[in-house]
Order: sequence, then structure tokens, then C-alpha cells
Amino acid sequence: MMDLLQRLGVTSLSMLERLGRGSVFFLNILLSIPSVLVRPRLLFAQMYSVGVLSFSLIVISGLFVGMVLALQGFYTLSDFGAEGMLGVMVAASLVRELGPVVAALLFAGRAGSALTAEIGLMKATEQLSGMEMMAVDPVARIIAPRFLAGLLSMPLLATLFSAIGVLGGYFIGVGLLGIDEGGYWSQMQAKIDFSEDILNGLIKSVVFGLVVTWIAVFEGYDAIPTSEGVSRATTQTVVHSAFAVLLLDFILTALMFGDN
Amino acid sequence: MTDNTPLIKIRNVHFSRGSKLIFDGVDMDIQRGKVTVIMGPSGTGKTTLLKLIGGQLRPSVGSIEMDGKAIHKLKHNELYQLRKKMGMLFQSGALLTDISVFENVAFPLREHTQLSESMIRHLVLMKLHAVGLRGARDLMPAELSGGMARRVALARAIALDPMMIMYDEPFTGQDPISMGVLVRLIRMLNDALGLSSIVVSHDVKEACAIADYVYLVSGGKVIEHGTPAQLAASDSQWSQQFMQGLADGPVPFHYAAAKTYADDLMGVDV
Ligand SMILES: Nc1ncnc2c1ncn2[C@@H]1O[C@H](COP(=O)(O)OP(=O)(O)OP(=O)(O)O)[C@@H](O)[C@H]1O
Ligand SMILES: [Mg+2]
Repeated sequence: MMDLLQRLGVTSLSMLERLGRGSVFFLNILLSIPSVLVRPRLLFAQMYSVGVLSFSLIVISGLFVGMVLALQGFYTLSDFGAEGMLGVMVAASLVRELGPVVAALLFAGRAGSALTAEIGLMKATEQLSGMEMMAVDPVARIIAPRFLAGLLSMPLLATLFSAIGVLGGYFIGVGLLGIDEGGYWSQMQAKIDFSEDILNGLIKSVVFGLVVTWIAVFEGYDAIPTSEGVSRATTQTVVHSAFAVLLLDFILTALMFGDN
Repeated sequence: MTDNTPLIKIRNVHFSRGSKLIFDGVDMDIQRGKVTVIMGPSGTGKTTLLKLIGGQLRPSVGSIEMDGKAIHKLKHNELYQLRKKMGMLFQSGALLTDISVFENVAFPLREHTQLSESMIRHLVLMKLHAVGLRGARDLMPAELSGGMARRVALARAIALDPMMIMYDEPFTGQDPISMGVLVRLIRMLNDALGLSSIVVSHDVKEACAIADYVYLVSGGKVIEHGTPAQLAASDSQWSQQFMQGLADGPVPFHYAAAKTYADDLMGVDV
């Protein structure tokens, strides 16, 4: 029993310590952001690689999620004779919920893990150390551009996901199930609120982008510099990001939509 | 300012990794304009010592001063300013793997200077030429052998014309020809550019050929120090064993034991 308690204590202490290191690291990144803005080329290069890594994945997944939403929604809505609302349902689910969440999960699996592995390997091969000795701060030169790229890419990817999803819903709803085309779009335009739906969804995706990218770069930077350490860090990025996204989604949803 | 003050003054440095004590009171002086060689068995902390000097690690006790500045007390910015005057050649080379040899050598120039592209090209090719790898400029680091990678790293380390260079095992993995070139290069860079050099090495013969001063480190302490001639003439068993190359090889150096091997085997207490 004492043993268990002790181990619990040690584990939570080391977790707290890691959280502390992560926060200091986060602050250092924030402090380095001005130096990235002076050299936008570093940022564009990273946005390109993050975007390219995730683009096709986001498009394909968005399309299928939208199509499934339309299929499922149609059978429920048609029971109430409300098929005309299909466009609204598809769009609301995507913009408020599935766009930010699923895009963030995919982003963590694709770009986040790649970021962790890249940074972890740079650490393991002493490239980060070497940079420090060349008087180049790796946090400013390597980490901050990647962090910023992830932060900026995530809302774009989530928006893309939602937009493609709405199109997917259109193909199924209008093309396959024969819903009125004008209704699909006009209902959507009438019922989807800018601040209530779109802005809140965007806020979610910004928060998720921040957290996922932070986890990814920190896991890489803090990885044990061996192949095993890097592989563990990569796995942890995906697992921790998924937990963080789902937990934050619940909290944000409760805050945003809880009172109506 | 007199040139007799040491460039680097290491005093009573203690350092541990976790519970493992690595340095237990180390004192060293690195003289200006000289090649100082640090030798010692594998795993004694030679690389660690270079990282302490570079400010990447901080001693738990003691002080490390460069040019009168306490490296372990510098603020982030001051430390980075100071590092522009240091070059370090990592044991692994530590080249950036996503850019070519040329870009690796150009990296510190691009980061720290506003030189024109033609000037950078000129400097990079000159440094690469000095290490005999001008022809390899378009290769990627993954296409280099270990020895070549280390020479590219050397070209990169001298790109900013530092006042001091630290070499971590520069000779490992070099064929006899490039070894000879490297030995002469280190000496030449040191003398022609007025640098100070710290060379960490196991290769007693090569290291002694270029050393002005030698420190032998083992068990967390400096065991012996002196000019190569002094060490060669020293009657301490330890330095004799080391200087005659008995320590060189895959098997780590044996720390002088109180008992003989046979006694140890027999479990007899002396
Ligand atoms: N990151 C680390 N974490 C924990 N211990 C370490 C770490 N790096 C090195 N050590 C330990 O510190 C000691 C000194 O390591 P160091 O790399 O300085 O040795 P070295 O003298 O350079 O050896 P070699 O000649 O083989 O390069 C070793 O015993 C090693 O086990
Ligand atoms: Mg070493």
C-alpha cells in the first residue's frame, strides 16, 4: 500500500515536473516568435510541409465524413419529414464539432507525429546541440517556426475539412438521395450563424492547433535522444494530443454552447 | 592586456549526471594561442567537459571562465554572443541532415552575417577546400562517410573565424592521409589564425604531435598535466601507460588498481 502510494507520488511529481518544463518551453517559444516573423521564409517553408503532409488526408477524410453525415442524417430527418434540414445538420455538425475535432486528430497523427520525430531525431543526432554551439538558438530557429506553422495551419485545415464535408453531404443528399438542391444551400445559409457556429468552430480549431503543435514540438524537444526515446515520444504525441483535443472539445463546447 | 592570462580558467569543477559523479574537482588552464590536448579513457567525461566550456551544461560547484567571463553565470543572450567566438567540432559531426554540405558550412554565415551570396560562396568554398572537400559541396550529409562528415563539420566550425575551437575526437575514422592533413590543419589553423584550440583525443601519437600542453583526465580528476615531453619523461605509471599507447584500443583504460589482477581474481586482500 505504501509502495503504491509512493509510486503514485513519484509519478505525479514527475508529471508535474514535465508540465512545468513544458510550460517554460512554451514561454520560450512565445518569446522567439518575433524572430520568426522577421524571417517569414522559415515559416512558409514549415507551413508548406505541414500543409502538404496533411492536405490530401484532410480532403479525403472530410469528403467521407460529410457523405456519412448526410446518409445518417437523412434517415433520421426523413422520419420527421425534415429532409430539407439536411444541409443545416451536415454543416452544423461539421463546423461546430467534427471539422475542428477530426481535423485536429488527423493533424496530430500526421503532422504532429512527424514534427516530434523530426525534432527528436535532430536532438538525437546532436543537430540541436550543434546549433546551440554555433550560437543559433534552436528554439528560435527550429521550434518556433514549426509551432507557428502548426498554429496557423490547423484552422485552415479544419475549415477545409468542413467545406469539403459540406460538399460531400451535397453529393449524397442532393445527388444520391434527391433532396432539393436550393433547399440544401439556402437552409444552410439561413440557419448557420456566423458567430455562434463558424466563429466558435474556428476558435476550437485554433485552440486545438495550439495544443497539438505544442505537444508535438515539446515531445520532440524533450525526447530521450535515442531511437527508442524518439519512437516513444512520437507515440506519446498522438496519444496525448488525442486526449487533449477530446477533453478540450468537451470544455469548449460546454462553455460555448452550454447556455442555449 | 597581457597574453599570459589563460583564455579559459577551470577551477574546482564538480559535475554529476544523476547520481553519477563525473567531475570531482577539475582545474585546468587553456592558454591562448596554444593547442591543448585533453586525453583520458572513454567515458571519463571529455565530451562533457567541452559542453561545460560551451555553456551547454553547468557545473554544480566551481567556475569556468573564458576571457574573465564566468560562462556558467552568463545570461542566455550573453552566452550566445560568447559562442560566436567558439567553434566546436562534435564527435558525431552534428551536421544538419536536411541541407547540403555547402549549406551546412554556409549556415553560421547566413545566420550571423549579412554577407552577399557571392561572398558566402567564396568563404564556404575556401573553408571546404581547407578540409579537402570542396568537391563534395553538393552532397547531402547522409552521403558522407563518418570521417568526411567530421571534416565538413570542421569547415563549418571555422566558418565564423572563432577565437577558440574545441575538437571532440577529430581523428577517429580518418584514413592515414586525411589524418595527416587534419593534424597539420589543426596546427595551421591554430597558428595562422591565432586561435586557441582544445583537442580531445584518444590518439596519443597524433595528439602529442600537435599538443603544446596535455591534460590527462581520469576518474573525475586531472591526473597529470604538462608538455608532451614532460609527460613522456614522467615516471608516473599512469602517464607512462597512457603515453605509450597501451590505453589506445577498444578496451577502456584500466584505472591503476591497488591490487594486481591476479590478487583480484583470487579474492586475496592485500
Ligand atoms: N545525457 C547523459 N545522461 C546521463 N549520463 C550521461 C549523458 N551523457 C554522458 N553521460 C555519462 O557521462 C559520462 C561521460 O560521458 P562523455 O560523453 O563526456 O565521455 P567521453 O570522455 O567523451 O567518452 P568518449 O571518449 O567515449 O567520447 C559517461 O560515463 C556517460 O555514461
Ligand atoms: Mg566523447
